[in-house]
Amino acid sequence: MIDDTNAKRWLTGVLLGPTTVWFLFMLVLPLVVVAIFSFGMRSPEGGYVASFTFDQYFNLPSRLAAFKNTLSYAPLGTLASLLIAYPLAYYLAIKVNQKWKLLLLVLVIVPFWTSLLIRTYAWIFLLGGKGIPSLLEFIGIEGVRLINTPFAVIVGIIYGYLPLMVFPIYISLEKLDKRLLEAAADLGCAPARSFFQITLPLSMPGMATGCMLVFILLMGEFLIPAFLGGGKVFFIGNALVDLFLQSRNWPFGSAVAITLVIIMLVTVSLYMRLAMGKSTGQDESLM
Amino acid sequence: MTAEINNLPDADIEFRDVSKRFGDVIAVDNVSLLIKRGEFFSFLGPSGCGKTTSLRLIAGFEQPTTGGVQIGGTSVIGVPPHKRPVNMVFQHYALFPHMTVAENIGFGLRQRKPKPSRSDMDKQVDESLEMVRMSGYGNRRIWEMSGGQQQRVALARALINRPTVLLLDEPLAALDRKLRRDMQIELQTLQREVGITFILVTHDQEEALSMSDQICIMREGRVEQLGSPRELYDLPVNRYVADFVGKTNFIAGTVSQVSGGTITLETEKGMSFSGRHSPETKMLSPGDNACVAIRPELMLIGSDSESAADMNTDIALSGQIKNQIFLGEHTEYLVATDIIGDVLVLSPKYIESRHKGFGPGDRVSVGWKNEIALVLEDS
Repeated sequence: MIDDTNAKRWLTGVLLGPTTVWFLFMLVLPLVVVAIFSFGMRSPEGGYVASFTFDQYFNLPSRLAAFKNTLSYAPLGTLASLLIAYPLAYYLAIKVNQKWKLLLLVLVIVPFWTSLLIRTYAWIFLLGGKGIPSLLEFIGIEGVRLINTPFAVIVGIIYGYLPLMVFPIYISLEKLDKRLLEAAADLGCAPARSFFQITLPLSMPGMATGCMLVFILLMGEFLIPAFLGGGKVFFIGNALVDLFLQSRNWPFGSAVAITLVIIMLVTVSLYMRLAMGKSTGQDESLM
Repeated sequence: MTAEINNLPDADIEFRDVSKRFGDVIAVDNVSLLIKRGEFFSFLGPSGCGKTTSLRLIAGFEQPTTGGVQIGGTSVIGVPPHKRPVNMVFQHYALFPHMTVAENIGFGLRQRKPKPSRSDMDKQVDESLEMVRMSGYGNRRIWEMSGGQQQRVALARALINRPTVLLLDEPLAALDRKLRRDMQIELQTLQREVGITFILVTHDQEEALSMSDQICIMREGRVEQLGSPRELYDLPVNRYVADFVGKTNFIAGTVSQVSGGTITLETEKGMSFSGRHSPETKMLSPGDNACVAIRPELMLIGSDSESAADMNTDIALSGQIKNQIFLGEHTEYLVATDIIGDVLVLSPKYIESRHKGFGPGDRVSVGWKNEIALVLEDS
């Protein structure tokens, strides 16, 4: 009996070991280093000089635009992805013929087979002067500028993050018991109403998961605004790249990074509390 | 036939030559039937016999490929489910998991136009909860409810809009035996209280027999026989129905003689057996394949030495007891007869007391009177 529990403990230790090591060295340790850096000073030639000062944090308002952009484009991009992903997921889960389903699902993830960098380059050409604007010119609409606009950034975000939104919603709609819709119809509910009363609330867990995935990744995004925003739409991610790689101001970069982590912790935990409260309670495991 | 149906004012549901195809499969094959107002009606048959499709045709989830369906004298062809005056209890209840018990029950009320007032809805939901003995459970979540409680919530939800017909799709299949028995009684009581037509789909013959006023036995999409439980049990139209409703011993053979109400068969081994012609069966003529059907409880078991005359029967066959099951009020014997194979005999207590009791391996006589044997079409 005692041996048995000891063996179980030992096994638990072995199984959790790699995760614990990974967690400590790849997540906790770097974060601690960044936190320490953020209280330091920049040496004249860049890098870090040990110190204990809040100067870097007092300097944060100089990057206010980046914070504002990130905190407005991340929710906006998440919402736009949700609005486009939902009908697609609905079609894939409920409407499409069983024999085409797998093929269409594969098509949703096919873009992931190529690097985001290359695909974003493709969008530069599509939205640039020789792309869609020239086609619009051909049919008589002139002077349309797409590249290096907020619109281009949103398009890039939707394009890049759509699969992350489609799949969780698809799964929650797929496992939706179709007899619930029959039951609703039987009780006098017209199809359009039953979408809002049954389908939508029951796909909330999928939407919540998808939104969280997209939102968290968007908060750290830098490639899309850099390529498609042309320096006009500047995210925190871009500020970090700039501070660490260009101006080599590590302590200030660290302070910006730590602030971002804190903002994420607060928004995500608030969001989870809200989403959990609204979910059916059965599907909490999804989150 | 059609004229006859038209003359009946109390028809609640009517099928006229209804067929339903799914691709190459014919789920319902040219069915005409009539369900009277206030009746407890059952569709009985094995899976795939078309009973559930028939129910779904009434609910409006399916539209017939050909033929007509009427509810309360009005054709409902093309009418979607949400506009039909019928409600359904689904097989696994299909309760809405994101709503409380009260919200589930009140769902039908909220779909009404104009929407009833809040207090009016609350009052009706409370009454419904009381009707299914679930008062005080309104704020509970669906997954906190046991199978029997979910069943009651589903019933209350389906009845709140006061449908003219309640459809029940194998509502008791998910419950354990004891609970099923209780719910059967509850359903019957409820049906008498609300006084509306109940249409039940089941594969459980015991359930159908004990609850229904009328039973429709289906087979491969067709109606095999429609009648009261007693009619189906006492006068089955063919072997299929007799086999499906209760237990029966069959002796297959070829009709050799028809005289008046008595038909005589000859078995392959050259033995002759006689029985009554069932009035529900089509007339049989010499040469037809048929079978003699004898219910186990109408057979007599006696000791090996007893002749037909001793047992006061027309037939006496000797055999050996293969198996014996003591069931309290009666004993069930499986007897391997020398001539017609295995025979099931149900022997009530008062007959058991006639002899000292038999056990497996004992040689016995099995007998019956020709008048209790029915000759049925062998299909």
